[in-house]
Amino acid sequence: MTSMIEVKDVKTIFDSRVVHDGLNLTINQGEIYGLIGPSGCGKTTLLREMVMLQEFNSGSIEVLGHKLNNIRHQEAQSLRKEWGVLFQAGALFSSLTLKENISLPLIEYTDLSKEMIDEIVEFKINLVGLKSADALLYPSQISGGMKKKAALARALAMDPKLVFLDEPTSGLDPISARDFDSLILKLRELLGLTIVMVSHDLQSIYDTLDRVAIIDEKKIVYEGTLDNIKHAKSEFIQTFFRGNYE
Amino acid sequence: MVTTYEKKIDKINLSKVNSVAIDLEDVEYFDTAASIFIHSLVKKFQKKSIATNIIASNSDILDTLKLVEKSKKTSLALPKASQKSFLNSIGEKTYLYYIGFLSFMAFLGKLFATKIYYLKSVKNIRFKEIAFEINESAIKAIGIIALTSFLIGLVVAYQSAFQLKIYGANIFIVDMLGISILRELAPLMTAIVIAGRSGSAFTAQIGAMKITEELDAMRTMGFDPYIFLVMPRIIALMITMPILIFIADIMGVFGGILVAHLDLDITPQLFIERFNEVIAAKHFFIGILKGPFFAFLIASIGVYRGLMVKDDTQSIGFNTTKSVVESIFAVIVCDAIFSIIFTNMGI
Repeated sequence: MTSMIEVKDVKTIFDSRVVHDGLNLTINQGEIYGLIGPSGCGKTTLLREMVMLQEFNSGSIEVLGHKLNNIRHQEAQSLRKEWGVLFQAGALFSSLTLKENISLPLIEYTDLSKEMIDEIVEFKINLVGLKSADALLYPSQISGGMKKKAALARALAMDPKLVFLDEPTSGLDPISARDFDSLILKLRELLGLTIVMVSHDLQSIYDTLDRVAIIDEKKIVYEGTLDNIKHAKSEFIQTFFRGNYE
Repeated sequence: MVTTYEKKIDKINLSKVNSVAIDLEDVEYFDTAASIFIHSLVKKFQKKSIATNIIASNSDILDTLKLVEKSKKTSLALPKASQKSFLNSIGEKTYLYYIGFLSFMAFLGKLFATKIYYLKSVKNIRFKEIAFEINESAIKAIGIIALTSFLIGLVVAYQSAFQLKIYGANIFIVDMLGISILRELAPLMTAIVIAGRSGSAFTAQIGAMKITEELDAMRTMGFDPYIFLVMPRIIALMITMPILIFIADIMGVFGGILVAHLDLDITPQLFIERFNEVIAAKHFFIGILKGPFFAFLIASIGVYRGLMVKDDTQSIGFNTTKSVVESIFAVIVCDAIFSIIFTNMGI
């Protein structure tokens, strides 16, 4: 197994508050990897650091073989084309229709013909479970669940090998949430994706994740599969997972 | 209610009393506020070394009393907002202004870097976005700018017509209007309308995009917001401002012609002949030249304020207000500087 992301000894300090104090983790190719922890523990911060939205104070992060420390502009730009990111509320561009949202990276980064792009967009829209007719709607006209699906379609537009999901099931009703979980599993099968996600949803954690990293008290208290988690010594793990292994 | 009871209780002379019974037997409903009141009453009596005896058999009431007592024991008082000394708050404000100044400088630096990127290759320039912004923030503003400057021309002419008539110097209205509108009024009015209309829109749009994480989404997709959002807006405004000022010139002078004709019996033909004679072209060019400078100030302050929006909705309103106030102020300061420079240069 080759590793897609390697985080080594990452420290993050906001003003004078230490958020991460030496995090280490490895995310392998083809797995669905979860970042879990109590709120305010810096899961989303770590995710943002992996996608170069935020800087960390020391240590190193390597994504797809590129070291993010002092990365050059050109290298960073080409790296950004190799991943897809799904934000918590979707973050679709509100001035564009769904179709325009999804086709944007294709128009900017490829020299495909208009017909070809239209076909790709239609394929991606169907892939995430939206109807072709939805393509002409604006983000304000669709529901939260549809927004997430559309945003996922946009994240997949360039056929990335690596996808980041920030709380993909938060704000969805239980049925849509399970729906989204199975969609994630299906896409991993179909496209061979490596998926990194931040999640709070216990059901979704059990249904989708292969391996997890649990962040608590500024450190990673556990990394590995969910089966062995009961052996971990952490107050957070005890309370969070108790219901399921008793 | 509670305060009136409190006053009544305070009025009672308790100096000779050494035990008080609080009878809650007939109380039907008892909420936590009442419970806190009773609790502090007991404390007050304790200080005066008066024994208290609460009579209650209703278990709900007893539970509520117990709950309050327990929380009072464990929890500390809510932290009070710390009082800062005068010097302390001045120091803090100054430091915040200093940080604000630094971040604006960083913004200008990034802007400059983006400009160089634009200049490197024609392909890098986002023509589509620029065209969209030209339509959005300038073409759609023509109506309001034309109307405002027409009215300004009308009002200035009408007011001065009254004064000029006294001296029989009717024809000088042409000199007066020509210079004041072309040189000062048209550029300033245009800038103020654009600051209120487009500058504020820049702040609100970009601020909202920041809250909805659209800016972050752009960054992760490799679309630099400075290239796609910031530069197009600034360039669009810098291109269109001179044109808008030109329109404002025409409409302002047109208002003047109308008043001169109706109030001072100066025919439009005579007005324009005189205009040709006395108004040098330099006045017009100075007015137009101010355009791009004003546009840069308005657009960059508007966009910068948008980027400063934090993750709450109040922040949009706050920054939009700031953006309009700061850009109008910056425009007027810039105009004053121009006026000094041009006067010293003898133009």
